[in-house]
Amino acid sequence: MLAEYFPILVFLAVSTGMGVVLLLAGGILGPRNPDSEKLSPYECGFEAFEDSRMKFDVRFYLVAILFIIFDLEIAFLFPWAVVLDTIGTTGLVAMGVFLLILVIGFVYEWKKGALEWE
Amino acid sequence: MIDALLTLSWTVAKIMMIVLPVTIGVAYFTYFERKVIGYMQVRRGPNRIGPLGLLQPFADVFKMLFKELIIPTNANRFLFLLAPVLALAPALAAWAVVPFSDWLVLADIDAGLLFILALTSMGVYGILIGGWASNSKYALIGGLRSAAQIVSYEIAMGFALVGVIVLSGTLNLTGIVHAQSGNIFTWFWLPLLPLFVIYFISGVAETNRAPFDVAEGESEIVAGFHVEYSGAAFAVFFLAEYANMILISALAALLFLGGWLSPFQGMPWIGDTFLGAGGIHWFLLKTAFFMFLYLWFRATFPRYRYDQIMRLGWKVFIPITIVWIMVAGVFRVTGLVGG
Repeated sequence: MLAEYFPILVFLAVSTGMGVVLLLAGGILGPRNPDSEKLSPYECGFEAFEDSRMKFDVRFYLVAILFIIFDLEIAFLFPWAVVLDTIGTTGLVAMGVFLLILVIGFVYEWKKGALEWE
Repeated sequence: MIDALLTLSWTVAKIMMIVLPVTIGVAYFTYFERKVIGYMQVRRGPNRIGPLGLLQPFADVFKMLFKELIIPTNANRFLFLLAPVLALAPALAAWAVVPFSDWLVLADIDAGLLFILALTSMGVYGILIGGWASNSKYALIGGLRSAAQIVSYEIAMGFALVGVIVLSGTLNLTGIVHAQSGNIFTWFWLPLLPLFVIYFISGVAETNRAPFDVAEGESEIVAGFHVEYSGAAFAVFFLAEYANMILISALAALLFLGGWLSPFQGMPWIGDTFLGAGGIHWFLLKTAFFMFLYLWFRATFPRYRYDQIMRLGWKVFIPITIVWIMVAGVFRVTGLVGG
């Protein structure tokens, strides 16, 4: 059972290694003559005039929080979908109720304007 | 010990047989992108290096490897270099469970689809970390936009995948293809038509491609999260993005268009000829079709505005998918579709 996952582990190592090797090759083959202008952050010809680690819109947090809720939902749906054949109509109705509760929450956040970007 | 080493090297050899074609596929995908978009815009595209410009991708690779790898002074060096690797590793590793034909699969695991979903979610870390570590305003804005967009469309995509599992009753990708066996009308694209469309559009948004490419919208934030990347580091991001596009295309072919199955399977006359037999060629053909769609979209559609993208993901796709999951459940329980 676990033996089937062994190639995946190796694959992860190989693909990580490939990225590292490409970066190393670029570091070795490429020239290296830095100057302060070249190493400053790009800003369309301006001198960078403030730190770039600035505050950003709270909406991005909101999206992240909503994402967690819905992604959990998907995690619940996966096993349900696999065994739907066995649990039949009962399972379908149960999931219908479950999704209904989710939809109520979804409608609420929609009406609250959590999904608006202007 | 010797045995373990043999197993390991044989596994690595098999992995190389997947990684190398994918990498070459990426190289020629960029070539065809420029060719196809060129002809759609009534020009020829690259045609100088080699016959018909066919050596262009290699020239590009060598150029990028021999360019200076600039690490900005303000950047967080470790994270800056880690980000491209974090983007590339999942984009390639997801291929481990992709079945190319009936028997041609590296790891035929039962949780195949779950593994793919997990790995494609990992890709967002590379983008977010790259955008933040660059310590540049454009990169940060691009990274944030990109991350928010990717997680939004991941929900629609996940729901679309649930629809596929409902009909197939398994997470194993080979099993999902077998569940579609029959002919072109028993493939899942027909009973799951809305999910199929949503899956592919979400896939385009997931990979930050036109018309959803605000993350790197060159006319406003220059290049988005990879604005500070040059040379090989940029090449790695580039490779990851295109490998992801090919992966999404391959998955669309596997999940909705019957993978390696022939569209003529089981049909009178034609089904008995070589056209009726399944095989890797059908899988590649279907994948190529979706890859072409990517290019076609880019040449055809103007870029969406960011609020339109978020509206489409949250207010259109998610409601449709929730409804269609229940419809698919009814299909399954009543025995109308799926077996």
